[in-house]
Amino acid sequence: MFDTLNPCTIPPEDEALRPHIRALAAETVARLPAETRARSWSGLDIEFSHRLGREGFLGLTLPKEYGGAGRGPFARFVVVEELLAVGAPVAAHWIADRQSAPLILNYGTEAQRKLFLPKIASGEIFFCIGMSEPNSGSDLASVRTRAEKISTGWVLNGQKIWTTNALHADYMIALIRTSGTVNERQAGLSQLLVPLKAKGVTVRPITDLTGASEFAEVFFDNVKLDEDALVGKEGQGWDQATAELAFERSGPERIYSSLVLIDTWVQHLRRVGRIIGPAAQLAGEFTGKLMVLRAMSLAVTGQLAAGESPVIEASLIKDLGTSYEQEVPALIAEDIGSHPDEEVSVEFYRTLNFMSRIAPSFSLRGGTREILRGIIARGLGLR
Amino acid sequence: MVENDLLTNFIKMLECAAPLEVIRKIENDDDIDYSWNIFDSSGFLDILVAEKAGGAGLSLAAAAPLIEELGAQLFPAPAAQTMMARALLTREGIEPPSGPILLAGYNAVIPFAELAGHALVAWQDKVNLIKINTTILRPMGLYGSRSAKLEFASAPEVLVSLLITPETLRASAAVLRAAEIAGMAGAVLRMTVAYANERIQFGKPIGKQQAIQQQLAILAEQALLARMAARLGCAAGLPPTTEAAAAAKLVASASVPLVTNIAHAVHGAIGISEEYNLQLFTRRLYEARLADGADGYWATLLGARHLAGGAATSLDFVRATSPV
Ligand SMILES: Cc1cc2nc3c(=O)[nH]c(=O)nc-3n(C[C@H](O)[C@H](O)[C@H](O)COP(=O)(O)OP(=O)(O)OC[C@H]3O[C@@H](n4cnc5c(N)ncnc54)[C@H](O)[C@@H]3O)c2cc1C
Repeated sequence: MFDTLNPCTIPPEDEALRPHIRALAAETVARLPAETRARSWSGLDIEFSHRLGREGFLGLTLPKEYGGAGRGPFARFVVVEELLAVGAPVAAHWIADRQSAPLILNYGTEAQRKLFLPKIASGEIFFCIGMSEPNSGSDLASVRTRAEKISTGWVLNGQKIWTTNALHADYMIALIRTSGTVNERQAGLSQLLVPLKAKGVTVRPITDLTGASEFAEVFFDNVKLDEDALVGKEGQGWDQATAELAFERSGPERIYSSLVLIDTWVQHLRRVGRIIGPAAQLAGEFTGKLMVLRAMSLAVTGQLAAGESPVIEASLIKDLGTSYEQEVPALIAEDIGSHPDEEVSVEFYRTLNFMSRIAPSFSLRGGTREILRGIIARGLGLR
Repeated sequence: MVENDLLTNFIKMLECAAPLEVIRKIENDDDIDYSWNIFDSSGFLDILVAEKAGGAGLSLAAAAPLIEELGAQLFPAPAAQTMMARALLTREGIEPPSGPILLAGYNAVIPFAELAGHALVAWQDKVNLIKINTTILRPMGLYGSRSAKLEFASAPEVLVSLLITPETLRASAAVLRAAEIAGMAGAVLRMTVAYANERIQFGKPIGKQQAIQQQLAILAEQALLARMAARLGCAAGLPPTTEAAAAAKLVASASVPLVTNIAHAVHGAIGISEEYNLQLFTRRLYEARLADGADGYWATLLGARHLAGGAATSLDFVRATSPV
């Protein structure tokens, strides 16, 4: 089982992107403290997202006719890896570049592709994903937000919650009930493109336990949408959203969220000269596991490049990767707390504390651990 | 019966001194005066002080449930530390200063240190009472936390030196922190079980899912383990022994990642929001795990004593050093 997944290397022409993006990332993070860089793909800098677009680092996998670079998933892997490694602030464009663009390319109409893809590739417009609702988290098929068909298009009513980036996004791609009742579950769900500036849309930020407001509640009160707000086929929203989640779950961002913390800790160890013994063992554990998990993410990237849809493998990687990301702050805390007489910088302590607080969210966003394990079990033929 | 009354009264006092909205304000910059005055005039800060010195003369073991309650009720100041400091000072005939007192290591980050006026600090080979001023206080500036470290490049200005050793000071601080962790872990368990029974997904409470039940069972085990560890540490009396403190803090600290991970996993996204109360506990648990020596510090210390000693069996070492 899963024996088609093998190590693969990054093609040289994609590897060639590395020096340029590396320099750009280094320049951008030079003045950011570790605790800000530790926000990883939650770190926001709209100007930087514009710049990545201008310099051709967004929409790498989109065809050239839609403003993309016409390259494969490995090109995107290299760019994303370099950005995440140093904690460059990528949140503004992240969702658009990762999943909204591929979704529109795959299911959108020609008009939608022409309208949205070039602007995503140039970093001009940002997206968010509206799946979760107050009563529909893991049980996504129970969404209640409804769109009624009218002569000119749709009228939308309801509420989404925990919507990352809603505060800065121009559009939401929302999973909406377009026919039937909640009892019909998956059937009757569609994906609609909602302009967040539209009349009747209210975005209310939610403060998280670090004091930041990266997600929001989004309310729809008789929001009128044109007919072409529909993405893909009416009633196919569930299948489309599921395919979208495969993109969402397999990328290096499901492994790299704690890298800035690891590097801050490594610098601390070098500074205080504690570079042998248990600390060295732990540093070895972190890097050895990272090596293998990265190989796994690359292998799935290889499958995506070959046009496959590795849904179960993506779930496996997300569970493994987020477990790794979550154990890092706990193990570093143990190491630091076990040397109470060692001087720890305020920046390091703040970074560690931020990571301890936020790490539980790694296995919630994009589908919980229990749900992923259910998908893996189904892949094993158990359900 | 008498002890139950004591605990009930203590909880009532805490609810009055620091209800949740007051706790949130203090965590976000308010001063502690209102809450502290109520606590101080209740007499509870002197429960560990000997009767002849004007206290209640409670043993640490008898006070353990109250100290755990400081964690469970999220009292936002170093109250347990002040209770201990008052006991340690009066035993040596020293009049304790008023206001919160820290039990501090040099350089270490201490929860709620920003609110304290004094500290018992280990510096070189002595334990000293010092007054805290802004030149030595370095706040961490974390959202919702008043943690700070005491930094002094040269000797701090000492009000008085004590006879107890730095080792005893650290052991005392560790036992209190273990009790605080235990209280919080218990509260987190109650909250998480209640939420699992309430939250409906797929047409039934998530607590009906076996995967969630197994997680909650582990959470319950860890909460119990932390409480037993804290009670063991307190059973050694005042001041606690290093070995009992080591076992208490290492086991309580080690429970923190499991307790916090499971509680957050079961709560889902709502637990990540500031408005929901879970984070009031988990934020503090991360800091409490680190404070006063984390798992590895105490494990190494305890292990070194065993290896260097001559106990014939490991159980002999345990029985020789355990208070029970
Ligand atoms: C930081 C962050 C960002 C997010 N961003 C977005 C976003 O941009 N867009 C969006 O739509 N959503 C977003 N979410 C929401 C996320 O998708 C949900 O949190 C997730 O789907 C879980 O839903 P829930 O939080 O309601 O938890 P619940 O579904 O209530 O689950 C609670 C617990 O019960 C478990 N559980 C539920 N059902 C079962 C079962 N059948 N078997 C076993 N266990 C079960 C879960 O695994 C979990 O442990 C975000 C969440 C976070 C934390």
